[in-house]
Amino acid sequence: MLIPFFYQLRDGGMKTSITELLTLLEAMKKGVAGQSVDDFYYLSRTCLVKDESQLDRFDRIFAAYFNGVEDSLADLLQDLPEEWLRRQAELTLTEEERAQIETLGGFEALMQALQERLEEQKERHEGGSKWIGTAGTSPFGAYGYNPEGVRIGQQGSRNRSAAKVWDRREYRNLDDSIELGTRNIKVALRRLRKFAREGAADQLDLEDTIDKTARNAGLLDIRMVPERHNAVKVLLCLDIGGSMDDHVRVCEELFSAARSEFKHLEYFYFHNFVYESMWKDNRRRNAERIPLLDITHKYGADFKLIFVGDATMSPYEIVYAGGSVEHWNEEPGAVWIRRLLNTYPKAIWLNPEPKHRWEFTPSVKLTREIMDERMFPLTVAGLDEGIKVLH
Amino acid sequence: MAAGKFTGTNTYVATDDLMIAVNAAVTLERPILIKGEPGTGKTQLALEIASSLGKPLYEWHIKSTTKAQQGLYEYDAVARLRDSQLGDDRVHDISNYIVRGKIWEAFQSDDQPVLLIDEVDKADIEFPNDLLQELDRMEFYVYETKQLIKAAHRPIIVITSNNEKDLPDAFLRRCFFHYIKFPDKDTMARIVDVHFPKLKKTLLSEALNAFYKVREVPGLKKKPSTSELLDWIKLLLAEDIPPEALHAEDSRKAIPPLYGALLKNEQDVHLFEQLVFLDRRADSNQ
Repeated sequence: MLIPFFYQLRDGGMKTSITELLTLLEAMKKGVAGQSVDDFYYLSRTCLVKDESQLDRFDRIFAAYFNGVEDSLADLLQDLPEEWLRRQAELTLTEEERAQIETLGGFEALMQALQERLEEQKERHEGGSKWIGTAGTSPFGAYGYNPEGVRIGQQGSRNRSAAKVWDRREYRNLDDSIELGTRNIKVALRRLRKFAREGAADQLDLEDTIDKTARNAGLLDIRMVPERHNAVKVLLCLDIGGSMDDHVRVCEELFSAARSEFKHLEYFYFHNFVYESMWKDNRRRNAERIPLLDITHKYGADFKLIFVGDATMSPYEIVYAGGSVEHWNEEPGAVWIRRLLNTYPKAIWLNPEPKHRWEFTPSVKLTREIMDERMFPLTVAGLDEGIKVLH
Repeated sequence: MAAGKFTGTNTYVATDDLMIAVNAAVTLERPILIKGEPGTGKTQLALEIASSLGKPLYEWHIKSTTKAQQGLYEYDAVARLRDSQLGDDRVHDISNYIVRGKIWEAFQSDDQPVLLIDEVDKADIEFPNDLLQELDRMEFYVYETKQLIKAAHRPIIVITSNNEKDLPDAFLRRCFFHYIKFPDKDTMARIVDVHFPKLKKTLLSEALNAFYKVREVPGLKKKPSTSELLDWIKLLLAEDIPPEALHAEDSRKAIPPLYGALLKNEQDVHLFEQLVFLDRRADSNQ
């Protein structure tokens, strides 16, 4: 029974290993948890989940898989397998189906739709057994994926009035596919840190000196090392104004997190796309502009370049001279960004727009082409991927 | 089941999921990794496990400069060098200069010990990897004296992390994991009750209300946690603040007294004051 569950976890994108499954079985054999499903849930969670960002995912898969187990135990003689299978099928909705439901019109509409379906379902199953009734009330498989956490399943679970623990979705805001908070960003950005000893050996390595001297039978053998510091240097270019206004908050968070993470962090603002100059103080953007060439000359090629922008604009703004909405640009933005990319081979573009919308905006497509597909969504997972590319 | 089962103590409230995680680690003699917001009692847990199961406790606090080797043993070359120059006889036996670390001490304990490895994320990224074998087999080799140190009793290892660095997968696979989530109001009432048994019911519920309201203020850089709440209640008692002072019809608008114990960051205090100010102004405009 646990092996399919294990594969369900793997299919759900969790990195659970065989060792962990064996640990769980061993713990069960030794009777760590009692007989209740709650105990089993806690035990399997502590064995199989190793990161709080995975907890919510685990809860959902657990709910999807074990939903109904408790109820079904009560009337085991009912025709269980068929219903069981049906439930499984409901829970493995495809991406498109999920998207479809998400586009039903947000939370209120979804609730309404669910409610209607719920009633319909109830009528159809009227007079049926308790267990079938429970199954029938969950036509959307809402446990499985619904971001708003509509828990219609509970209404049918008549044996227990309280919500099941794994249904409470208490760890939702730790899930790494949701948007970032400052702390999340910091954790993600920390992966970019690379401590290295670089430059001249100017520090006395006391330990090594003592060690070598002792091994040298007391003859002094001085050892020097370079200072250890975070070797990562970052140029952060942030899109500001216009279509980015919606994302100002998340960008600010990224910025405040990034600022404390690196020793060398330079930031610049641009509007919509990169042209011949950028600025550092948004209030004085017209007075104090910094030519792009100055930037490329000043900061070495070992800087990593991170653009943050929704890349949502008219394609003219990228490919044509004079395309900028703010000023007359002699050369198109695409030329300027290529110059930057030539200087800084390690570069990524972070896009706060959800990934599934990218395809519908030609300018995003264009930017991705220029960036050699190095565009990532501004989520913890996206940031992770991006940072892998930067390394 | 082994000798005892951890069920919390009279100074520590353990939730069901925490108990199961701890008992799994105790029964299977595997390390348990504890994460959670600062101030939710991660370090405290190890102390409580030791005291409730009546086992000796070894604490190893990790700093950014701590090396894995230091937990096992260190070779004190300086002492040997000095002894050699003073002509001390001890110098001929290298084992005189092997200084035992916390893990070695725990391995040699007569009773099954509890070993706390506190804030493992503070150390270098390679730190957990360097301890894989030791935590798995509970043994290590001392190269200087060519001896194998094996744990007499596999210790109950509690590892805490504040999530400053990611821990390697191989390390995580060997541990049980528990994330101490922020306690809900009922659990919090039990926790406060354990610490301040004579607290008046009214003061407790008012204090908790005010506390959770502060936690709900959006945009706080550091939300107050359990340990801050306990400090705050201690202050309230010391100052003899009546429950009515915490309670107000417009409690959204009032700053709770002695809020300095809850908000630890001047930006948060500033934000909080601004919100209160805005609320008041909105009120007077009506």
